[in-house]
Amino acid sequence: MTDTSVAPAAGAVTSTSSGGTRILGLICLVGLAIVGLYAFGVTGADVRLGESVRIMYVHVPTVTAAYCLMIANAGFSVFTLWKRSTFSDLAAHATAEVGTLMLGLTLIVGAIWGRMTWGAFWVWDARLTTTALLFLMYLGYLAVRGLPATPRTRATRSAIVGIAAACLIPVVHKSVEWWASLHQNETVLGKINPNISGNQYFTLMLAMVVFLLIGLWLSIHRFRVLWLTERLDEVGIDAAIDDRRSEYRPPVAQP
Amino acid sequence: MAAEITTNSWWLIILAWVLTLVPLAWYSVNTIRKGRKLSQQVPPESRRWM
Repeated sequence: MTDTSVAPAAGAVTSTSSGGTRILGLICLVGLAIVGLYAFGVTGADVRLGESVRIMYVHVPTVTAAYCLMIANAGFSVFTLWKRSTFSDLAAHATAEVGTLMLGLTLIVGAIWGRMTWGAFWVWDARLTTTALLFLMYLGYLAVRGLPATPRTRATRSAIVGIAAACLIPVVHKSVEWWASLHQNETVLGKINPNISGNQYFTLMLAMVVFLLIGLWLSIHRFRVLWLTERLDEVGIDAAIDDRRSEYRPPVAQP
Repeated sequence: MAAEITTNSWWLIILAWVLTLVPLAWYSVNTIRKGRKLSQQVPPESRRWM
């Protein structure tokens, strides 16, 4: 077996962090602390939702981050099909993975909110069902990425699945308007005015920004891990080819 | 007798926050650790991101 480990030189990069990601990570941590402070210390209970409104400060931001990451995934997927770029293929993978995580958290937290408000963890409501379908589609996307194939085939297959999955996002968003739904209508992007205001509105907006930044930070790190994995595979293949070449003995010409 | 669940059940609110933040923290730590491990195995000239 070939040992591909490389001793890090003094001052060499030994993690996926950079100056930019460290600053971004710090902003995320501080932002999250402020969101927590506002959610539990500054804002009060809602007139209609009671204390359960505090769940909204994580539920809405996680789904917003998931949507943005999945739209980014679709953009990277289009670019992958167009330019055949490894960069965009790996970026699509990273954004899909983090987006799926965010959407999974949305479903779990939404179920808890549903138990408190509707009395049931799950109902076959249009918003919940379409969101679950979207989650399954992205699990399918990640499964397609795991299928054995050449990098080019894998990139093409997953880009097509990624673009198809993103087509469901507008359906999920508009499901509360198109079908009779238990789920409340758009809280922030309502038709005329937002349905919340004051400290609640500020906390929700801040939480949305913070979770978007967390999604970005995680995607950058995940992308770099995927990049390193790909490079390591190449290093391993190169080493294997070198091994085979060194084993090769040219045939000696018979007199 | 089980406690009644209302829109003011604090344990569920805390649970929702914990179930959001803990998986995110776990995923972050796992990704950073994996990145550190891989960074030591890949030659420096291949560690450029683009």
